[in-house]
Amino acid sequence: MAGSARVAAATLITALLATACSQGSATRTEEPAAGGKVTLRYFTFSAAPDHVKDLDTIVAAFEKENPTVDVQVETAPYDQYFTKLQTSIAGQTAPDTFELNYENFVTYATAGSLLDLGTAGGDTDTSGYATESLNAFKHDGKQFALPASFSTVVLLYNKDLFEKAGVPLPTADWTWEDEQAAAEKLTSEGVYGDFQPVTFFEFYKALKQAGGEFMSGGKSTFDSPQGVKAAKWLVGKVGKTMPTEAEIGGTADFDTNLFKSGKLAMWHNGIWQFAGLKDVPFTWDVVVEPGDSQKASAVFHNSVAASATTKHPREAYTWAKFLSSSDVAATTRIASSWELPPVSDQAVLQGYLKDPVPANRQAVFDSLNSIALPPVIARQQEMQDAVTQELTEAAAGRKSVEEALTEAASKVDALLG
Amino acid sequence: MTLTETPPAASVKQPIRPPRKRLRYALTVAVFLLPSAVPLLLFTLIPMAGSLWTSLHEWNLITPMKWVGLDNYADLLSSEETRAAFGHTLYFIAGYLPLVYAGGLGLAMLLNRAMKGRDLFRAIYFLPVVTSWVVVALLWKWLLNPASGIVNWAIGLVGLEGPGWWTDPDWAMPSIILASAWKDLGFVMIILLAGLQAIPNEYLEAARVDGANAWQRFRRITLPLLSPSTFFVVVISLINGFQVFDQVHVMTGGGPAGATQVVVEQVYNLTFKYGRAGAASALSWLLFAVVLVVTLIQVRGQRRWVNYG
Repeated sequence: MAGSARVAAATLITALLATACSQGSATRTEEPAAGGKVTLRYFTFSAAPDHVKDLDTIVAAFEKENPTVDVQVETAPYDQYFTKLQTSIAGQTAPDTFELNYENFVTYATAGSLLDLGTAGGDTDTSGYATESLNAFKHDGKQFALPASFSTVVLLYNKDLFEKAGVPLPTADWTWEDEQAAAEKLTSEGVYGDFQPVTFFEFYKALKQAGGEFMSGGKSTFDSPQGVKAAKWLVGKVGKTMPTEAEIGGTADFDTNLFKSGKLAMWHNGIWQFAGLKDVPFTWDVVVEPGDSQKASAVFHNSVAASATTKHPREAYTWAKFLSSSDVAATTRIASSWELPPVSDQAVLQGYLKDPVPANRQAVFDSLNSIALPPVIARQQEMQDAVTQELTEAAAGRKSVEEALTEAASKVDALLG
Repeated sequence: MTLTETPPAASVKQPIRPPRKRLRYALTVAVFLLPSAVPLLLFTLIPMAGSLWTSLHEWNLITPMKWVGLDNYADLLSSEETRAAFGHTLYFIAGYLPLVYAGGLGLAMLLNRAMKGRDLFRAIYFLPVVTSWVVVALLWKWLLNPASGIVNWAIGLVGLEGPGWWTDPDWAMPSIILASAWKDLGFVMIILLAGLQAIPNEYLEAARVDGANAWQRFRRITLPLLSPSTFFVVVISLINGFQVFDQVHVMTGGGPAGATQVVVEQVYNLTFKYGRAGAASALSWLLFAVVLVVTLIQVRGQRRWVNYG
C-alpha cells in the first residue's frame, strides 16, 4: 500500500544519510592506523565531476609532504551539499575539513561549528593570500576559514554562430541593449540567442549593473526603479531569445547541453565551465558581462574550513592551508581552469592566461575590476528562494514584474525580521 | 483486542490465582509484545516525544537548541505559508480521493466478473502499489514532460497542444494527483474487490427477480454492503493524502511557484533547506492534530452510513 512505499522512500533517505554518516564513522576510528597515520576527511562540492583528478593531484602532493596524514575526499553535488553537511554536523559525524562558500560561511561561523584556523596551527603567516579574499572569511576578527578559490561569471559566446549570422562579436563595451539586439538576430529555428537563468543570483548582479542596491539599512531596497529594470531585463528574455521553463522541462544541465551542442549563441555562466568546453566542435570565447549604467560581475568565493569538533586540529589546519595557498594547489587549479586561487602572487595568476582557449582569458581578470557580491543574511536560503520564486512568476507572465518585486521585497523584509 | 481482554476476565473467575503464576503470565505477555513494542518505542514514540520537544525550540541543526516555548506554533498559525501548504494538501486530497475511489471501484467491479486473464489483470493493476514512489514519480515526470513527454506527444497527434503539466502552476497539482491515483488504484481495487466478494449473490439475484435494473442493484445493494470497505479505504486514503510527500518532492519539489507546496514538503524544506527544525517539528504536530481530528470525525460519522449488514 501507499504507506509502505512511503516507508520505503523514508528508508532510502535514511540509507543515504546513513551512508554519509557511516563514511564518517568508518573514518572516525580514532586509533591511528598502521604506521601512526591520521585520517583526515575533506568534504567538497566544487571538485566533482570535472576536477576530481585535479583534487587528487593536490592530495597526493600534500600526503607526500605530510606522510602521517591520509586525506579522504568525499564529494556531493552543490544542491545536496549543504543538506548533507548540516546533517552530518547535527549527527556529530562532521568531516574534519570541508568546503564553504561565501554565502554560507556566516551561518556556520556564527553557529560555532568552525575551528579558528588563525590559532589552530600556531602559525600566522598569511602573506600568500590576497588580502580581500582572506578578509571575506573572517568573523568576529577570527579566521574561521581560508580562501581556497574564486570564480567569476562572464558572457560565453559561440563565435561560429555570430559569424554565420553576420552579427558583430561581443566586446567589453557592450551594454544590455547591444546584447539584446544581437540575441534577437541570433535566435532562429532551434537556436537560442541568449541564456541567463531568472534567479536570485542573476538578479542581484543585474540590479547592481542597473545601479541599484539590494538592501540598505536592514531593509530591502530592490523593488526600486533600478530593480524593476533589472528584473525586466532578465524576464524579458524568456520565450523570446531564451527557452521558457516549460521548454526546459526541468532537464538538468539544459543550458550546458544547449551551448555544447552549438544551439546557444550567448551564455551567462561561470569560468568553472571552461574545462567542460574543451572538446566542443566550434570556436567560443568570453567577454566581461555587458552592463547597464555600470559593469558588475558576480564573484564567488569558496573556502576551506575545519570542524570545531575535529580531533586533528593541527592536521586540519595544515591541509586547509595547503589546499588554499600551496604552489601545487595554485598551479593545479590554474592549469586545469578549475576556478582561480586567491593567492597574492601575480606571477602565478598570469599562468592562467597561457591556455589559448578561450582566447580572451584576460576578460576573467578584467571582470574583477567591478564586482557584485551576493547579499548575505542569516536566513540566506529562504531569501534566495523567495526572490527566485517571485521572479519565476513574472517570467511565466503570471505576475507583473512590479508586483513580483513588491512581493519579494516584503518577503525578504519579513526574513530580515 | 479481544485476546488481551480475555485474561483479566479469567482472573476474575479465579481470584485466588497465586501471585507467582500471575507474574509468569505477565512475563509471557511481555515477551510476546516485545517484538513490536520495542520498534514502536524506538522508532515511533521516542522520536515523537523528541519532535514535540524540538517543536518548542529554535534549532538549525548546527547550533545548540534554543528554547522558544510556543513561538513556533504561533508563527506557523499566523503564517501565510502554512495556510497555503494546508490549502494545497486539501486540493490534493479533493482531487485524489474521488479519483482513486471511483477508479478503484470501477476496476474492482470489472475484475469481479468471470473473465479470461482475470488474475493477470489483478496482478498488473496491483504492481504500481508495490513499486517505489521514487520510481513511479520519475516515470510520470517523464511521461508528462511538457517538451518531450509521450503524453503531450500523443495529444499533439490529434492536433491539440498539451498543457505544461508539472511546469505550469495550474497543472502541477493535477499532474501529481494523476500519478498518485494511478499508483494507489490497485490498493483500493484489492480492498473493494474483497468487499465485493463478501456480498452474497442471493441478494443481487433476489433483487433481479424483483425487477431491479443494474443501476438499482448497484445503488441499493452493492454500494451499501460495500460501505465497510469504502470506510476503510477512505480513512486510509485520507491519512495518506495528508502525508503526501514523495511524489511531490520528486516531481515538482513544491514548485512551480510554490503551487504544490504541501505540508510535508514544507516540513522537509524547513528542516533541511532553511535550518528551522523547530518550526518543522511544530508543523508536523499541527498536521498530526488535523489528521487526528479528521479521523475522529470520520469514525464518529461512520455510524450514519457504514452498514455492517
